[in-house]
Amino acid sequence: MKHSTGLALLATVGLLVGACTGSTATPSPVTTPAPTLAPTPAGASVAPSASSAAASPTGGPSANLPQSIGAGEGSLNIIIWPGYAEDGSNVKEYDWVHPFEAANPDCGKVNIKPADTSDQMVTLMRQGGGTVYDGVSASGDATNRLIANGDVAEINVNLIPDYSDIAPFLQSPAHNTVNGKHYGISHGWGGNTLMYRTDKVSPAPTSWASVFDPSASQSYQGKITDYDSPIYIADAALYLKSSNPSLGITDPYELTQPQFDAAVAVLKAQQPWVAKYWSLYTDEITNFTNASTIIGTTWPYQVNTLKASGVKVDAVVPTEGMTGWADTWMMSAHAAHPNCMYKWMAWMVTPKVQAEVAEYFGEAPANPKACTLLDATYGSYGVKNFCTLYHVNDTAFYGAISFWKTPLADCGDSRGTTCVDYSKWATAWTAIKG
Amino acid sequence: MTTNASSLPPDGLRRRLLAALYRRVPAQLLILLAPPVGWFGVVYLGSLAILLLSAFWYLNPVTSAVVHDFSLNNFQDLISQPVNRTIVLRTVTIALAVTITDMALAFPIAYYMARVAAPRTRSLLFMAVLLPLWSNYLVRVFAWKIILAYGGPLDGLLGIVGLQGPEFSDVSTWIVFSYLWLPYMILPIYAGFERIPGSLLEASADLGGKAATTFRRVVLPLVLPAVAAGSIFTFSLTLGDYITPALVSKNQFLGSVIYLNQGTANNVPFAATFALVPIGIMAIYLLIARRLGAFNAL
Repeated sequence: MKHSTGLALLATVGLLVGACTGSTATPSPVTTPAPTLAPTPAGASVAPSASSAAASPTGGPSANLPQSIGAGEGSLNIIIWPGYAEDGSNVKEYDWVHPFEAANPDCGKVNIKPADTSDQMVTLMRQGGGTVYDGVSASGDATNRLIANGDVAEINVNLIPDYSDIAPFLQSPAHNTVNGKHYGISHGWGGNTLMYRTDKVSPAPTSWASVFDPSASQSYQGKITDYDSPIYIADAALYLKSSNPSLGITDPYELTQPQFDAAVAVLKAQQPWVAKYWSLYTDEITNFTNASTIIGTTWPYQVNTLKASGVKVDAVVPTEGMTGWADTWMMSAHAAHPNCMYKWMAWMVTPKVQAEVAEYFGEAPANPKACTLLDATYGSYGVKNFCTLYHVNDTAFYGAISFWKTPLADCGDSRGTTCVDYSKWATAWTAIKG
Repeated sequence: MTTNASSLPPDGLRRRLLAALYRRVPAQLLILLAPPVGWFGVVYLGSLAILLLSAFWYLNPVTSAVVHDFSLNNFQDLISQPVNRTIVLRTVTIALAVTITDMALAFPIAYYMARVAAPRTRSLLFMAVLLPLWSNYLVRVFAWKIILAYGGPLDGLLGIVGLQGPEFSDVSTWIVFSYLWLPYMILPIYAGFERIPGSLLEASADLGGKAATTFRRVVLPLVLPAVAAGSIFTFSLTLGDYITPALVSKNQFLGSVIYLNQGTANNVPFAATFALVPIGIMAIYLLIARRLGAFNAL
């Protein structure tokens, strides 16, 4: 008897351990911004790199940039959003890592480190004084932090053959180009549109008021969905920017206390009518499929996936505009394998690879030349008319986006340090959800 | 023995060391235990100490950098914001509800397995209890998401009697947790039942005890420590989980707040302060469980 008792308890404990190590549910490819100044790891250099220290008072690229890409250094270590460097192990047909290795034997094997949040990316990039990882696919809320801290190197865009093909609005965007100096190559982007079930929501929404204004949203009580992240407060702020001009909101990520409180109040009032705050995009797909939720913010990926499976949904760009994300390949200022990183950046913006990433990840490619490939042949993750659906060449769509960035106490303008920083956004988000 | 000794170098360092150790039992123990104790002390207790310490730090409001100074700001925030009380109360209530539900469900199953079932049936039941644990935790939660969904099987069944499914509410969290942790309750109680010698039950019967009396006066007191032991699993696992509530409900758990502050907001000091709450709750719970003899049953 004693024997089987021990066995039963052993089983309990063993299974307990198994349950506790269950993977965390964060496949979300898109970042949730985090505040600046992540703790610097011991030994990390905080001094600006040579290139950024040499910033000339006038704009334009520095003079001391490399003029050619030398031989590979035998290896490459990169930090990525899950899905940005596929080697065919997830889906066989999506593999652009092995072809890179074959085309660049002098760079050896590509070592991939997936990151879950922007904050983690910043911390990883600073590891070992910035020598551990050669580059990163950083989002707009991390790029300026990395640039300001001298973590990333200025890039000579002339060494990237496909650079001139990148969409004009992504060649020198503010989130990766400072004073005419390029600190990376744009990779892809997307906007957070307003999705609704066409069979349940009528007339079609045109404004965020359909989810934020009680008089307009009351018909969708208990059927509204919100993105589950503090950064979603910016969506309410964006709505208030045009619906309540007296608040004087200029930037949904730079909010003074009264502006911030107003945005939080909108979300708190909305909370009882929210069915679910989605953090996994698969969650939103399920909830729209079975009509648990019928209206709310979305990424283009969910819209297209739902439409492809026959669910009656559509998405609009509301009159107030929308929030969104844009990612950039950046190189560490202290990279151990800079030539290989240059080669990788050049590789990642070639039309073929751009087409593969865009399809697999579900976002607009930075290089519109990918569209020819995307529309002609597409794999199991592709859709017909991909580039129209993802608004690749749609400057109006792009212009309507307020790209995610980290809310800081420093408003970035004459208001000084009177803005609400991201840690308070997080506290408020807890209070909003209740 | 002698031939062996003569074949070894008489004054070998290794040999002298082993000989010296042979006579010193404490030294042997020290060498044997140093790695695990060191690991436990440095990695586990060390990080716990840093956690406790960082609860008193705070974020610089302008730069969002962690200020390594003593402050009670976090504790003030923790107490002053009513939402935190709501979340703590919700988490503890659901953890208790899950524990009680699992006790009620596990008791008859474990009793049947240990006392009634034939060996063959018992093995089958064991397999039925353990088999779900072979699949990933997330898979099981997602399966429940389908069952609980709007227009899903449960919703349809309840619709027959004019009721609505729980969808994304605390009820869903309670149901899913009760399912997830049930095996951790069944196994200790089963072990508890099995440990009761048959002679005690016979003695009770010989003394005129009816089945109900025997159960109440003999079986229940003997199996109570096992129930308390099982409840530690169900209670603590529910208290610490944040993935299930995020998937099946729209309401937050203790862990959700800690995760949000630590993971996305980088407000580690506040996350640390909040982490003290479940530590405190578990400390109280374990004290009660010890009173009930849970640790004797383990």
